[in-house]
Amino acid sequence: MDVFVDQFDVILRGFWTTIRLTGLSATVALVLGTVLAAMRVAPAPPLRWAGATYVDLVRNTPLTLVFVLVVFGLPELGFQLSFFLRAAIALSIYTAAFVAEALRSGINAVQSGQAEAARAIGMTFGQTLREVVLPQAFRTVIPPLGNILIALTKNSAIAEAFGVVEATGTFDNLIRDYPESFWALFIGTASGYVVIVLAISGVLRVVERRSVVLR
Amino acid sequence: MRAGRFRALVAAAVALPLVLSGCGGDDDDAPTDVAKDTNFEAGTTMAKLNEAGSIKIGVKFDQPGLGYKKPGTDEPEGFDVEMAKIVAAKLGLEPGDIQWVETVSKNREPFLQNGTVDLVLATYSITDKRREVVGQAGPYYVTGQQLLVRKDDSSIKGPDDLGGKKVCSVTGSTSIKTVEEKYKAAPVPFATYTECVQQLLSNAVDAVTTDGSILLGYAAQQPDKLAVVGEPFSEERYGIGFKKGDSAMCTFLSDTIKGAIDDGAWKKAYDDTLGKGGGEATPPTVDPCS
Repeated sequence: MDVFVDQFDVILRGFWTTIRLTGLSATVALVLGTVLAAMRVAPAPPLRWAGATYVDLVRNTPLTLVFVLVVFGLPELGFQLSFFLRAAIALSIYTAAFVAEALRSGINAVQSGQAEAARAIGMTFGQTLREVVLPQAFRTVIPPLGNILIALTKNSAIAEAFGVVEATGTFDNLIRDYPESFWALFIGTASGYVVIVLAISGVLRVVERRSVVLR
Repeated sequence: MRAGRFRALVAAAVALPLVLSGCGGDDDDAPTDVAKDTNFEAGTTMAKLNEAGSIKIGVKFDQPGLGYKKPGTDEPEGFDVEMAKIVAAKLGLEPGDIQWVETVSKNREPFLQNGTVDLVLATYSITDKRREVVGQAGPYYVTGQQLLVRKDDSSIKGPDDLGGKKVCSVTGSTSIKTVEEKYKAAPVPFATYTECVQQLLSNAVDAVTTDGSILLGYAAQQPDKLAVVGEPFSEERYGIGFKKGDSAMCTFLSDTIKGAIDDGAWKKAYDDTLGKGGGEATPPTVDPCS
């Protein structure tokens, strides 16, 4: 247990990298996912096709492969980014596909009468989504989005194999140095992830309560 | 021929070569003669392994020259693997009786403690901290860390030039710890050395660090682009891991290593694997069993 006291700053630094990576990837994934969901329900067939293809391709690729593509492929295209940014890009691309599907299920849950009425009073597709449909879909999508964000937090551990020293990578290093404290370190690292996950679900619970629709 | 008989003949023609290739027998011969007249004290681990006729040995599968399993092959190869075969031969076991288990840096101690493997020969550096949890006999190989850099990058000539540079090595290895703590480099961990070399070639990192002989292998693959620089810094002493407290096993392993050094099996194992990249190695002095 002394290893925690001695190495607390190292462990904390690792978790801070995890939090930064998760936060950046979540933000980009939410934005990209919203755009993709809009594409999938758009009136223009090419947009629908593009959105569906992206989601099908990315959802069916294991995250590790996406990482390999981004981490080893981007330099070939000429982009020299830090490993942190490459990991964030890989995680964002992957998670955006899941966010898009969760948002699409929320959009489908809104009664079609809403969209029809919006069309009837002359709103464009963009205005319909922004002013009428998405605000109503928002409440429905909070649980699935919570799932996706929690999965993203745990997926960030894959970055340890691709040049980013985050919480799991720190755990590996500490095991090498303190092999006798294997279980203490394991439980400590796992608890750190649980804390992050509880924070995310706590925030989402507050958001859900705030967006109660009084009928 | 009727259709049915013809189809049966085709099936047999296809199946026969597959069956025959499986009946090839063992094509790796033991590096030393398998001991036929072993006489271990009853109750020792060596007697148990000898009677069981099989042994589980943990090796690396991803370190060329030491413990490397080419994709598509069944058995790993390398210096650690050859030393493992020498130990098994002394136990009276053929190379075919060895069950190779992949061990990585994290799971070497848990695997020894819970019996998933009987021995570990996986670039297992001897440290006092590890000796608190498992037994380590040896060393059977002593090496030093070196640096692999791009040939056109002349800013790094040795470990002292590493301050602030990005240096790649395998996650959780002692090499990455040394460059981070002693030479203030920015560590970039990857899963295998091959990936590190790819990052070096694409200019994402400035150097790759690990055991010099592994680096020489990579430099030999691309001599116009890569070079190994600097004198070896830090000493890595590879030991054979076994369950803690088994002092009979410690004596047996130490004697086996010394015997292999004396009768030339150690040198043959080295020349067949790490020595292929050119370079001599001096056999180490084995630690006494405490």
